[in-house]
Amino acid sequence: MLPHYDLVYETYGALNADKSNAVLVCHALSGHHHVAGYYADDPKNVGWWDTMIGPGKPIDTDKFFVIGLNNLGGCHGSSGPSSINPATGKPYGASFPVVTVEDWVESQARLADRLGIKQFAAVMGGSLGGMQALQWSLSYPARVRHVLAIACAPHLSAQNIAFNDVARNAILTDPDFHGGNYYEHGVVPTRGLRLARMLGHITYLSDDAMADKFGRALRSGKLGYSYDIEFEIESYLRYQGDKFASYFDANTYLLMTKALDYFDPAREYNDDLNRAFAAARANFLVLSFTTDWRFSPERSRAIVKALLHNRLNVSYGEITSNHGHDSFLMQHEHYHAVMRAYFARIAGEFSA
Amino acid sequence: MSTHDHSSLAAIRPDFAAIASWIPQGASVLDLGCGDGSLLRYLQDARGVRGYGVEISDLNIVTCIQNGVNVIQGDLESGLSGFETDAFDYVVLSQTLQAMRNTEDLMQEILRVGRAGIVSFPNFGYWKNRLCVLRGNMPVSEDLPYQWYDTPNVHLCTLHDFEAFCHGHKVHILERRVMTGDSEVRLLPNLLGSTAVYRFKREA
Repeated sequence: MLPHYDLVYETYGALNADKSNAVLVCHALSGHHHVAGYYADDPKNVGWWDTMIGPGKPIDTDKFFVIGLNNLGGCHGSSGPSSINPATGKPYGASFPVVTVEDWVESQARLADRLGIKQFAAVMGGSLGGMQALQWSLSYPARVRHVLAIACAPHLSAQNIAFNDVARNAILTDPDFHGGNYYEHGVVPTRGLRLARMLGHITYLSDDAMADKFGRALRSGKLGYSYDIEFEIESYLRYQGDKFASYFDANTYLLMTKALDYFDPAREYNDDLNRAFAAARANFLVLSFTTDWRFSPERSRAIVKALLHNRLNVSYGEITSNHGHDSFLMQHEHYHAVMRAYFARIAGEFSA
Repeated sequence: MSTHDHSSLAAIRPDFAAIASWIPQGASVLDLGCGDGSLLRYLQDARGVRGYGVEISDLNIVTCIQNGVNVIQGDLESGLSGFETDAFDYVVLSQTLQAMRNTEDLMQEILRVGRAGIVSFPNFGYWKNRLCVLRGNMPVSEDLPYQWYDTPNVHLCTLHDFEAFCHGHKVHILERRVMTGDSEVRLLPNLLGSTAVYRFKREA
């Protein structure tokens, strides 16, 4: 469908002589290639997983060669709906093909080929990123030694798809959407995109975390009996929505949520996840978070069960955290201790 | 990475030596309440077993990973629903039976998930324990290192009790080893043994 495409990526640390220390970090819905560290000319732009990755951090870039990329269809430099289609000289817009988790893994494997990496020490990710890590073990069983699937699920539930569809509808029904070709009209479906993000954001937090952070606190201290911002939570969500809509591409949001909805490795095996994982050879670390109701611990346990069925090496941790789905991005002592221990074990398998 | 030779492992936990001697090369093992994973680590190194541990404690999850042992975080009290029937050659429960609330359910689960089970527990019938009770106090010892008010041991039993339980629950005992410290006890085991290890399977 696409004659060619660009992928933008960043690397941290050094690839060792036998190219056995490479770690691929797959991003989630709104992530990108800037995983760790900051730029010399932009010290405030810190990578989205900087707490986890860097010199002396759980994924120690003094030992590992870490790669972050922006997935195909993204809006941070890789080819996506907002990129110029060379055939027309205009942005792809609605004509950009739907991509799946399998497509991403395919494109990531091509990137690995370019970098001369035959086998990753680890492929990892949280949420949608975890799905890509799982898919690696199925698409390229011999090319990945360890798979880390964090706050992940073997497929989305009906409730999850429903949330995604409401988010998509917010974008699709925005008058500024223009069937996906809003670029030509010089507008952006900001209202739809910010609603989508506000909804998503609610589902990434736990009830408790929201109660702790905002409760029923009022901005002005008293009720105004109007539809303006009154409660702190409203202010927070609108701020998050506005911020997101100012830099993220609506078509990419649609595409990413569809990739989430479609991911279901058991589908071609009569919904039998055990059979789906029969091809896998990697060692696995599966982690979930107690208050994550969007990708609940039960979903992670289903992955573990299928891995156990196939007699694969797997460890599973259920991290006690009150930050909901977003926990996987947070600084958390025990979570980071688990990751540090696991990566120390991986580092013991290759020579520097 | 820590490696244990057989004798040092036996010195730390006498029941481990008996358990290890019963598990054949290359067996699949599920260790319930695996702690820091040292038994599994030993079985992996010495017997080449394919092993998994189940642990509830966060700290032990980290230690198991450091020890190179597969570990699944979970609560044994909620059963073994994450494991398939007949998934393992052996399911091991070492020094944990006495701390389980749902003892009957767990014993059935062990024999559902494993083709055989191995259980070790402190013998409440050991003469020193009896003497303590005779003197009017709950026993506190190396095997039972808790006070009555902070003990996790809610289901203490003697060898006789456990064997009667097995008889009544269609559990067929294959082998028994009774120890005090690291020496085996053959004479009057229910009186002279401080720790018991049993190997058992489902009654045909």
